[in-house]
Amino acid sequence: MQAEEKFTYETWPAAPEKATLEAKNKFLGFWFFLGGETVLFATLFATYLALKDKVPNAEAALAKDIFEIPLAFAATMLLLTSSLTSVYAMYHMKNFNFKKMQMWLGLTVLLGALFLALEIYEFNHYVHKFEHTFTSSAFGSAFYTLVGFHGGHVAFGLAWIITLMVRNSKRGLNLYNAPKFYVASLYWHFIDVVWVFIFTVVYLMGMVG
Amino acid sequence: MANQQPSSGNPRVDIEYRRKKSAEEMRYQIVSFTLMIFLTIVAFVAVGYEGFSGWFTVPFILLLAVIQVIFQLYYFMHMSHKGHEAPALFLYSGVAVGAITILAFTTIIWW
Amino acid sequence: MSTYAQKKGFGATLWDFLTTVDHKKIAILYLIAGGFFFILGGLEALFIRIQLAVPNNDFVSAGFYNEILTMHGTTMIFLAAMPLVFAFMNAVMPLQIGARDVAFPFLNSLGFWLFFFGGVFLNLSWFLGGAPDAGWTSYASLSLASETHGIDFYALGLQISGAGTLIGGINFLVTIVNMRAPGMTYMRMPMFTWATFVTSALILFAFPPLTVGLFLLIFDRMFGANFFDVSMGGNTVIWEHLFWIFGHPEVYILILPAFGIFSEIFAIFSRKRLFGYSSMVFATVLIGFLGFMVWAHHMFTTGLGPIANAIFAVATMAIAVPTGIKIFNWLFTMWGGSIKFTTPMLWAVAFIPSFVAGGVTGVMLASAAADYQYHDSYFVVAHFHYVIVGGVVFALFAGAHLYWPKMFGTMLNETLGKITFWLFLIGFHLTFFIQHFLGLMGMPRRIFTFLPGQGLETGNLISSIGAIFMAVAVIVLLINVIMTSVKNEKVGNDPWGDGRTLEWAIASPPPFYNFKQLPLVRGLDAYWLEKMEGKKGMTPAEPLGDIHMPNNSFIPFVISFGLFIAAFGAMYRADYAWGLPVLILGMAVTLGSMFVRSIKDDHGFHIHKEDLMEDDNDKGVKA
Repeated sequence: MQAEEKFTYETWPAAPEKATLEAKNKFLGFWFFLGGETVLFATLFATYLALKDKVPNAEAALAKDIFEIPLAFAATMLLLTSSLTSVYAMYHMKNFNFKKMQMWLGLTVLLGALFLALEIYEFNHYVHKFEHTFTSSAFGSAFYTLVGFHGGHVAFGLAWIITLMVRNSKRGLNLYNAPKFYVASLYWHFIDVVWVFIFTVVYLMGMVG
Repeated sequence: MANQQPSSGNPRVDIEYRRKKSAEEMRYQIVSFTLMIFLTIVAFVAVGYEGFSGWFTVPFILLLAVIQVIFQLYYFMHMSHKGHEAPALFLYSGVAVGAITILAFTTIIWW
Repeated sequence: MSTYAQKKGFGATLWDFLTTVDHKKIAILYLIAGGFFFILGGLEALFIRIQLAVPNNDFVSAGFYNEILTMHGTTMIFLAAMPLVFAFMNAVMPLQIGARDVAFPFLNSLGFWLFFFGGVFLNLSWFLGGAPDAGWTSYASLSLASETHGIDFYALGLQISGAGTLIGGINFLVTIVNMRAPGMTYMRMPMFTWATFVTSALILFAFPPLTVGLFLLIFDRMFGANFFDVSMGGNTVIWEHLFWIFGHPEVYILILPAFGIFSEIFAIFSRKRLFGYSSMVFATVLIGFLGFMVWAHHMFTTGLGPIANAIFAVATMAIAVPTGIKIFNWLFTMWGGSIKFTTPMLWAVAFIPSFVAGGVTGVMLASAAADYQYHDSYFVVAHFHYVIVGGVVFALFAGAHLYWPKMFGTMLNETLGKITFWLFLIGFHLTFFIQHFLGLMGMPRRIFTFLPGQGLETGNLISSIGAIFMAVAVIVLLINVIMTSVKNEKVGNDPWGDGRTLEWAIASPPPFYNFKQLPLVRGLDAYWLEKMEGKKGMTPAEPLGDIHMPNNSFIPFVISFGLFIAAFGAMYRADYAWGLPVLILGMAVTLGSMFVRSIKDDHGFHIHKEDLMEDDNDKGVKA
């Protein structure tokens, strides 16, 4: 069976993510899915922008009160770096170096998990220090929904990459699992793309006022 | 099986070329990563610096975000490679639909 | 894995359908489920017309009327029209492009089961405290005030079935891009395939806003969020925008496949190449593109301001241009053709004036200033029934008659088909034409009764009589289906005799691998081309070889069932202690089965060359 065929560095194709018909379909289908996800997040951004600083009374926290540079900056650096590590992982995937790929993916997962931990700390901080909760105002609902959807994507991405790493740890790379790794890394980059807009539109623009 | 392309049997001569090609690509990616980090820092500094008004800062950091995302898409997600015509078409269609949505929500929701 | 012709017991057949990943069987599942919901929605329509037949009627209460009305709209759009359209796409599109299967057979099955469980969940509301009652648009100011769980059923049910639709859309897109037979270039694709392609793209971009809108509604109603609660800083107009950003493309998602079906019918039964093929493709793409820029014409009276209203009015009127291109192309296809008035052709011919009437009122409604007069009156009801029934439902009937032999291997009775057609056509115009005038006389839509002496009696009575004609027409169709299924007279590849595209080049129903050898496509209307050169079938593009096929799987059913359970948990979380555990359990079932799918390798299987040759001999005996 072609998909299970054993490869060596020499026989490994140049574009393993598109070497079989299944792989081509997966590759294209996932890109289309990302097109849909673009609309999904754009809609969440639109909702956030329409409801930004819309609160029931004057005491409620506004964007310029709650966001701080250090936290947002740290989260951004973690996620940006994890994007680079997953690029390294795919570099080694294309060079048929399974061990190094796993290592870089492991690093990606670690950075992603740190990002998620920071986000949980951050939400907790807002709730306790500013009483800015999901139910306290329309602004709160919109903020937690947008950032929370992104956080949910990070969590799903982590679970996905870990599953792939564990499942394939014994058998190495083949044309059946290479596209799966590739698509998971595309997903990870997309999460990063969304974050670039979140830190710009939500955090930085929030601090500007 | 006729509808599947042969998966193996790349001639040995290709290997060196491929290695060189991917090393070169990796260099591009490191450059774009450095630039992305740089742009991020610029954006944070622009917001942290008291001297700029919001009318400058907001469009400026949005522009930086767009540039950064282009790096992500074209280098990290390999959209610069060929065979990405359909993905690009659908991604940009998504961007267009999303942009209209955001435009509407920031202009004609005013109550 | 055995040959498809083998006889199986009921249990085995059921299991086969529960686990199937074959696009032709999934098409049948969509047809059955969609047909069931169509009848359900039709019954709800009948109740509406009975209630409105005479003034001051008390056939149903006002509250119950709201539920019936909401469920009629929701069921017909999401659970009847969409799945029926999907049925034909699944049955025909892969055959038309010369593919052995769709790109993601597993996801295809998942898409169906998500739709199915979403639809069942939504309809269980009838038995669990009351159906949704805020209209199919479920505007937030109404839906947040609704006290029963009806709206929760609406939001959760549509969320589940919407996910299925999105998955189906991506599947069709990739199938069309990646799996076309050798020689099948984009500009040789049959119109129905083009329609499927553009429709799927619309689904891809239109369903995420619905997903977000429904999530916001779910969060507001079940988790204490404040998106639409004005006292907490929320804004109900956000829901209106989100709903219509989805809702307007949605009507094109329904009508474009209908256009596709009619394009096939006009060409087949005029025995003439479709006039202006490339302009038809262009018009289809343009309609899809413009479909995203007109949503606010549903909200002219919301108070968006004159600039926004003007922009959206002009954009809306622009859509009449590509639609007009299509109408003229169909007329020119018939011009000089040697027309056969079969049942599908009758529907197609009747579609043109009916749909044009709906289009004209559409342009009237698009004029923002005039819309202040028409808005929320029966004029609007008449308008959208003219486009949706006169366009989509006519196409579904036409498509059912046209593709029935391809899907089931036997023809529907033509006489009964024509009776269905005439009854439905007369009933349709009786019901809805008069509603234009009822609307202009001031009858508001969604009203549960009206007073005598206001000039509304005759019109409403005529409208209700028309509904009876349509009901009888559907009953005749059902009789037709049962009769022909019992008789089960098998037909050959090309039962209409004038098939033009690839689906007519293979057996009816096709073997589960569709094409033994992928066909070589040499032009538009590939099969017609070969027939005109005196050939019996397509020239193969490849030597006979092993065929790779996907394995059946029960996992799509389980994934969807998990969400079905989780939805109950989410809904009753605030009322009962068991809500949260059930929510978690349901999600665990879904995520767990996704995990199983992910770690279990599924390479599919091969049909060997020798078996394929044996199949050939079987056929030889029969023929």
